[in-house]
Amino acid sequence: MEETSAQQAHVHAPPEGFLRKYVFSLDHKVIGKQYYALGLLAVCMGMVLSWLMRFHLVWPTTRIPGLELISNAGAPGGIITPEYYLSLLTMHGTLMVFFVLTNAPFAAFGNFFLPIQIGAEDMAFPRFNMMSFWTTLVSFLVLILAFVIPDGPPISGWTSYAPLSAVGKDAGPGMGWGMNLWAISIAIFCIGSLLGALNFIATTLDLRAKGMTLMRMPICTWAWFITSCIALLAFAVLLPACILLILDRTAGTSFFIPSGLVVSDRLQPHSGGSPLLWQHLFWFFGHPEVYIAILPSMGIVSHILINSMRKPLLSARVIIYSMMSIGFLSWMVWGHHMFVSGMNPFSSLLFSFPTLTITIPATIMTLMWLGSLYGANIRINAASLFALGFISMFVSGGVSGFFLAQPSIDIVLHATYFVVGHFHMVMGVASIFGVFAGTYFWFGKMTGRMMNETLGQLHFWLTFIGTYCIFMPFHYLGLVGNVRRYSAFVNDYTGPLLPLHKFITIAALGTGAAQLIFIFNLIYSRYKGAPAPENPWSGTTLEWSIPSPPPWNNFGGKHPVIYHDPYQYDVKGSKGDFIMQDSPEPSAS
Amino acid sequence: MRTKQAFIAGVAILAAVTMTSAVPGGGTVSGKVTYEGTPAKQKPIDMSKEPSCAKQYATPPPTETVVTGPNNALENVVVYISAGAADEPPPSQPAVFTQKGCRYIPHVLALQVNQPLQVLNEDQTSHNIHPLAKINREWNKSQPPGTPPIVDKYDKMEFIPVKCNVHPWMHGTFAVLKNSHYSISGGDGGFSLPNLPPGKYTVTAYHESYGDQSQEVTIAGSETKTVNFVFKAKPY
Amino acid sequence: MGKLFAVVLVIIALASAYPIVTHMYVMPEDISTHGHQIDEQLSDTMAEAGISFLLAQFVLAFFVWMFAERKVGVKLKNFPGGAKVMVAAAFILVGTEVLALGVFGQRAWADVYFTPPRPDALQIQAQAGQFAFYFRYPGVDGKFGAIHPDKIDEGNQNYFGLDPANEIESRDDIVSAELAIPVNREVHLMMHAKDVGHSFYVRELRIQQDFVPGLDLSVHFTATKAGRYEIVCTQLCGLGHYNMKAYLNVMAQDDFEKWMKQKASEL
Repeated sequence: MEETSAQQAHVHAPPEGFLRKYVFSLDHKVIGKQYYALGLLAVCMGMVLSWLMRFHLVWPTTRIPGLELISNAGAPGGIITPEYYLSLLTMHGTLMVFFVLTNAPFAAFGNFFLPIQIGAEDMAFPRFNMMSFWTTLVSFLVLILAFVIPDGPPISGWTSYAPLSAVGKDAGPGMGWGMNLWAISIAIFCIGSLLGALNFIATTLDLRAKGMTLMRMPICTWAWFITSCIALLAFAVLLPACILLILDRTAGTSFFIPSGLVVSDRLQPHSGGSPLLWQHLFWFFGHPEVYIAILPSMGIVSHILINSMRKPLLSARVIIYSMMSIGFLSWMVWGHHMFVSGMNPFSSLLFSFPTLTITIPATIMTLMWLGSLYGANIRINAASLFALGFISMFVSGGVSGFFLAQPSIDIVLHATYFVVGHFHMVMGVASIFGVFAGTYFWFGKMTGRMMNETLGQLHFWLTFIGTYCIFMPFHYLGLVGNVRRYSAFVNDYTGPLLPLHKFITIAALGTGAAQLIFIFNLIYSRYKGAPAPENPWSGTTLEWSIPSPPPWNNFGGKHPVIYHDPYQYDVKGSKGDFIMQDSPEPSAS
Repeated sequence: MRTKQAFIAGVAILAAVTMTSAVPGGGTVSGKVTYEGTPAKQKPIDMSKEPSCAKQYATPPPTETVVTGPNNALENVVVYISAGAADEPPPSQPAVFTQKGCRYIPHVLALQVNQPLQVLNEDQTSHNIHPLAKINREWNKSQPPGTPPIVDKYDKMEFIPVKCNVHPWMHGTFAVLKNSHYSISGGDGGFSLPNLPPGKYTVTAYHESYGDQSQEVTIAGSETKTVNFVFKAKPY
Repeated sequence: MGKLFAVVLVIIALASAYPIVTHMYVMPEDISTHGHQIDEQLSDTMAEAGISFLLAQFVLAFFVWMFAERKVGVKLKNFPGGAKVMVAAAFILVGTEVLALGVFGQRAWADVYFTPPRPDALQIQAQAGQFAFYFRYPGVDGKFGAIHPDKIDEGNQNYFGLDPANEIESRDDIVSAELAIPVNREVHLMMHAKDVGHSFYVRELRIQQDFVPGLDLSVHFTATKAGRYEIVCTQLCGLGHYNMKAYLNVMAQDDFEKWMKQKASEL
């Protein structure tokens, strides 16, 4: 192993002044926290939007007091209009997918821990890093701006299918400037994410400490690395797609709009475009995006499970190769979102097989986690409970993928609540469970104070049971054929389903309220929590070898040297049943 | 309750506008609007997608883009003074446009520039109101049942087609006019424009399918002048 | 706490499976000739997915019950066989399952999409627009009049943009808001989108197909049971998406002919 650049140079000088320390910081740890805070803000907004939607679905004529003050056009008299429902839906999806599921497990934790776990003092390009956060923040603000402009937020869903998204204001309320803001915001987001992904890749490849071979990197570092490779390619496709969409909307081009469309009595002045082109571009990004959301959580959960089990996984290598194959396969499956969209029916067969094949690495990972639990001594705490909950959620959300991967079954389940249940469980809840687990596990390292364990476990039980109550019934609704994205249930067959919808709404409101415990715990522990020791969980990886919180240059100017694989547990070390990665004492094997 | 009162008030205003007879001191232009040729058939509207509306009709109601009466009378023609009369300040009473049984009542709503417009929904379903304004500011809003009336006004003269996308058969017209001298032809095709001070006027008749035509008329004192309009009708 | 997790997880898994096992929430009865294949595929998949689901959750619960919060210093063990067994199991079991599902699942798909409609299938054009479906029958001449988007006049019931003034073919075209079809006769539905993307979904028919603007798509099916069924839009198309529906009216041949005559007389 040759000397790496991290060993030779300070990446930047110690920060001075409030602005440089906390706002325009170059420090990856501050940027990680900034991403986390942005994710937290976005998840709170996204959750409130989902409450409003769920409330409206089951009590459509009940006033929501005060809502008319937020949007008089969207909720006259406190009653949500159909278009405002779709606005809430669009913003919920966009906030959650981009600003929560991409930001929190990947950008937030990745920024904070990736450099530390490989023994680097900072990211490879600290200025780029700062820029990616601030670009993402601008993108967030542009998106939120849609709530306050008269036009209102767009109504075409987070997938923004053309030509609904492309023809402009004739398509409905929110499809004028609201939609422009959406497209601009996502284009900016792509730029921020591309910068971030480049930075992660360069950092992982170039700044590893002496002895830190690729295979000695912790699993979560691997997950962030694989994720950044996916993100680099995925956002590189979404960015031009958004630019084309903006051009169609503002410059009179026709990439996605065919001729002869009459929208709201107006013949559209476009010709020659293809609506399917948008779907291909979007899902070519969109499916890998699912793995951008879930892979980091897989890594975090593996990392935490190993620590809680006090023994290594049966094979960390197999997990890493599985993540790689999932990442690779994710590029060949985008068409499974489009089985009934008018694509050549032969291509459905082609897309179906790789999709079903993803089951194999996913099963291998699940078996790896389950099999490793055998014979372990599992520590139970908020972090490990969420990690175990992740496995359960991942399985529950994963098996429904069996159905949707088959074109024939997709004929009846496509665009029903079955799909909603599937992706909420596997990419939403599972991924968020990874974030919760990571938060309880690393909060002490990030802030210097431990989170309250009792509140944490209470939060777990309410969230675990609550999310099952919300998302499992979605599958049942789908099996009856209840169509998603409806702002009211006017079909003859939906009447008998209303009690189940009410159950889901009550569960959603309750589970949402339980998240207040988490927020309280975050704020309370930040100021009043017990001081965090250097290595509270007896961990082996580099983040546990430095103070909590770490100094600005992580290792205090020292250059760690790595002697071991990341997870030397169940061995006789000088400190207990583990040996740190940078400890020169010989490992048992 | 409030919506009902507003609706009645609106009907009363309309009635007042169309039925006022000549008062001393002003002249009146009256006449009939008729068609020649074969107009399109008024086809029955299939409202099966909206059962709450469909069940309000024993037989499906007909389309209203061309409504005819006996003796070739042509209904729903806006007859107004397009030149010669001074612009007038708007009345404060709102012009009321009601959605009932998935139809617009009235089908053609005449109102003055800057007069308050009130849109009511008396149905059990959500409508969206999309006035396709070109000169005025365009908007498109849903109105779920039980929500307050939509209130707006238009500040320029324009004939604005109005549509509901949720129920594509619902089409109507806002006739935004500069003065109070207007009348909408009734079932017999008749109209009357009273209270015209002496002067030279252009009387224009506007029909949503057949376009407009104008005639010059001079009023001297409290006389009644007859002006008739004949539109060419086509079967398709 | 570990034992509590195990118990809660088992309860959740059983409660999740209960409505499935008791068939509390199922599709309505299939009325198509191809649908039984989809139904069989769905129930096969449900069995396999259900078993995988329960098995995984139970094993997770069992291991957490057994191995959580044990005594300090207890000797840790590894799963017999280690990672190799796991990987082999995943490849063999899941791989076979996946291949089987994948291969057999394509039969139903092929039946719907790879067989062309019979030449004597009833030709009907479906148009989706914000926010209603309209259906067009060619009339006695058997020919559809051409579509001219600039001629669309919805207030006057010209939803397709026909030009009867200049084109004789379109004068006898019957346009209806409901899709009336005869029972046991194949229907070839040609799909046309007026404005944005929509979808045609009839649960009882086991048919779902998007309308894509600018793309001529079609589906074909045979309904085997008379009745009135809902056609709904499943592709987000704007503010009235939730209320975009129509009725499929499957009638006996005689009734269908009467219906056609009635419609023709309204022209």
